[in-house]
Amino acid sequence: MLPTPFFPRHLPLCKSMDWTRWAGYYVPRSYQLQHENEYYAIRSAAGLIDISPLFKLRITGPDSLALLNRIFVRDLSRLKEGRVAYVAWCDAEGYVLGDGTVSRQGPESYFFTCEDPTAAWLDRHASGMNVSITNETKSLAGLALQGPSSARILIHAGAESVRELKYFGATSTSVNGIDFWVSRSGYTGDLGYEMWPPADCAPELWDTLMEVGSKFALQAVGLKALNVCRIEAGLLQKGVDFHNASRVLTREQKSIPYELGFGWMVNLDREPFVGQSALRKLQQPAWNLIGLEINWEQTRGLYESQGLPPLLPTEAWTSSAPLYRDHARQYQVGYATSGTWSPVLKKYIALATIERSYPSKTVQIELAVEHSRHSVDARIVSPRFYDPPHKRAPVG
Amino acid sequence: MSTRWDEVVIGGGHNGLVCAAYLARAGRKVLVLERRDVLGGAAVSEEVFPGFTFSVASYVVSLFRPRIIQELELTKYGYNVIPMDCAFQPLHDDHGIARWEDSERTRIEIGRYSNHDAENYPKFKQTMTRLGRIAAQLIDRPAPTGVDPQNLRTLIDLFRTVRGVEKHEFQQLVRLLTLSAVDFLDTWFESDILKAPLAASGIIGTFQGIRSPGTAYVLLHHYMGEIDGAFRSWGFARGGTGSVSAACARAAEAHGAIIRTNCQVDKVLVSNNRATGVVLSNGDVINARRIVSNLDPRRTLMGLVGESHLPENVVASLARFKYRGSSGKVNLALNGLPDFTCRPGIGDHLRGDIAIAPNVDYLERAFDEAKYGSFSSRPFINIVIPSLTDPIIAPPGKHVMSCFVQYAPYELTEGPEAWESQRKAFGKTVLDTLEEFAPGLRNHIEHMQVLTPLDLERKFGLTEGNIFHGELSLNQLLFQRPAWGMARYQTPIRNLWMCGSGTHPGGGVMGASGELAAKTLLRKKI
Repeated sequence: MLPTPFFPRHLPLCKSMDWTRWAGYYVPRSYQLQHENEYYAIRSAAGLIDISPLFKLRITGPDSLALLNRIFVRDLSRLKEGRVAYVAWCDAEGYVLGDGTVSRQGPESYFFTCEDPTAAWLDRHASGMNVSITNETKSLAGLALQGPSSARILIHAGAESVRELKYFGATSTSVNGIDFWVSRSGYTGDLGYEMWPPADCAPELWDTLMEVGSKFALQAVGLKALNVCRIEAGLLQKGVDFHNASRVLTREQKSIPYELGFGWMVNLDREPFVGQSALRKLQQPAWNLIGLEINWEQTRGLYESQGLPPLLPTEAWTSSAPLYRDHARQYQVGYATSGTWSPVLKKYIALATIERSYPSKTVQIELAVEHSRHSVDARIVSPRFYDPPHKRAPVG
Repeated sequence: MSTRWDEVVIGGGHNGLVCAAYLARAGRKVLVLERRDVLGGAAVSEEVFPGFTFSVASYVVSLFRPRIIQELELTKYGYNVIPMDCAFQPLHDDHGIARWEDSERTRIEIGRYSNHDAENYPKFKQTMTRLGRIAAQLIDRPAPTGVDPQNLRTLIDLFRTVRGVEKHEFQQLVRLLTLSAVDFLDTWFESDILKAPLAASGIIGTFQGIRSPGTAYVLLHHYMGEIDGAFRSWGFARGGTGSVSAACARAAEAHGAIIRTNCQVDKVLVSNNRATGVVLSNGDVINARRIVSNLDPRRTLMGLVGESHLPENVVASLARFKYRGSSGKVNLALNGLPDFTCRPGIGDHLRGDIAIAPNVDYLERAFDEAKYGSFSSRPFINIVIPSLTDPIIAPPGKHVMSCFVQYAPYELTEGPEAWESQRKAFGKTVLDTLEEFAPGLRNHIEHMQVLTPLDLERKFGLTEGNIFHGELSLNQLLFQRPAWGMARYQTPIRNLWMCGSGTHPGGGVMGASGELAAKTLLRKKI
């Protein structure tokens, strides 16, 4: 296992001693004993999150766009310089391998970040193309600054160029003499930025932001709080809500883009891309990705019937919970893959996969209370539970 | 004024707004009239000094009813409460005790003073939480109409609430109802240091000492708190307490209620013992089928209606209802954080609630002075610094610090008007006290706002400066709030209702009075 460039900064801050592994690196799950302060930092001030373990690739050369258009289900021909696109890519059978973001840094230069190693996959499809793929996973660090105060912190730190940055815009900027690429994007559904500084001066950037941020209630935030935020924002986690098709064994474990709500990305009427012909031929999608609002009064009632105060799932769960058509739990129609109590919405929410043909607006979710299993009503809603206007608004 | 209103709500405090929202949601034509230019009553956020937004009066939220949040969809309108992780009690020269959400961390802290107490504390918390949950049932429905030996139903209803209570818990409950806060805590703990901040919860907003019988019960109110559906301690509303009121106002408006500020009601029109409308300070008359007052019982009935319209026994019981405010508020705009001698530096202990209550005698002595008509020379101070969690309320790197100060009796020896001349000395006393624990605090102060009980009365219409619209003491709760026969929001004047904190269950930013008044008026089953 490897330390990220920020590891020396995490050590004294990580009072919980609660670490986890992420793509071969150690990162804190939470810094404090309770992750709630960290959650609230993101939702009401700002949080600084180490995202260095993400894979980072730079694709340059005259054929870079052609390569990306060959890989991704999304057509990037209209992606302008300084813009970011959320992308997914499939195998030849049309099953999703991963998702990530691509930003266009120059006429023939793209920066691509994702959860799984993808350089070899790109390489395989680049034969004969005039393109160069540089793996910058180790040479660059990744740092996310998320929350309503994030813009003010960056601007106070001297990153003037973020002032004009629109949602899903990207630019190069500089803080304290450290030059880096920054995009207005993130995994929290809030106003926020993702920064990619050189690994060797990354700790310095961390220090500067923490110092400036101390005036704006900035806190270091671990993965526990991030997980609650991303569920609220309806953002999927690979390995939890869907799987990389090359790593699983059965069709049931794989998904086509339409089943993950990625249908809007897919443009079948263009030059060939990996999975295109399969997706053209493909039978009706079997599943839908949905949001659930789990009836809290009923859940609470289950606890109360046992004489207990309701136990809030303040830490997100990422296990599977079956969905049924009926209270008797005879006929299963899907499964929830991650859920949490949303402190900002005061709702118990979950992301779930359900049969596409399921007709009703409510479903029964199975929950365990104390040691017995019960079912509770859940309303089917859009998975984008939390979508505050300040996420997209000009920062001024 | 051609519109025929179903209900006119006098006062845009959080209860009035909750009530208006429920009425409007039921399809009623509702008009809210607020005297001030800002909504919220005592649950208000105001930019008192440029860049510094204060929860001027009410400063923490815990009891706001989750049912209201859900039913009125308040999160959609900006309701957001950030829970506190810590309750810190600084001492003059030692560590002090910080009680955290993490129980082991708390055990270690208390163990510095008493191992016995450290071990007992979780059990205490568990018992109080169980009893608090039982008592909380009482705040989620209208009060029983009374304890009437002729009518056993009401007694049965009341006792049904305690059905699930086990024998040993019932004993605790009886102790809570009869003992003083200190006597009750004596049955649990040995350390005077630990007991002090716990006991202080029993006297907030009342003119009683921690050794006055009946104060134990009020401790329970601190274990009824609910944030996010879980029973727990206190929290800050993002943007200040006024944002809770603002969310209620937006919900009311979304359902069609009309809210007017800068509209002072001078009089409720009464004919044939029926309320028919209100008269504004500019002379305008607004008629309505029903009038709902968010003001306290005295202001509503003795003030807006007038004694001549009321039966003698009602006048007498209103006169018996005690207000006698006992607290003031000092709001500080800081350019640095307090540095406590006992725990130097900026740490998580500053992010929660900080209680200047070093020991039991300190608190009792503070009351002694108040009993004889002067403010405490070393008062109990409850401090919060919400800008540490919610940076938008202060300029970058600066902070707002809210100090709730008790005792500051409304009735000074020289009368309440004497507060005018004592405001400065009161502010100085608070700062002197704080400096004993956090020397150098004065150097960080950019601005300071001192609110005496007289100021609270004048600014927020809190009679005698009582923050709860009438003391929250056992003899003024349930069917006795504000008086026998008036506990169900109706007044002796037909079509005149009350929905403020002076009605059951009252007190704190919980919205329950507003909700229950509206639902009772609408004859909704609760």
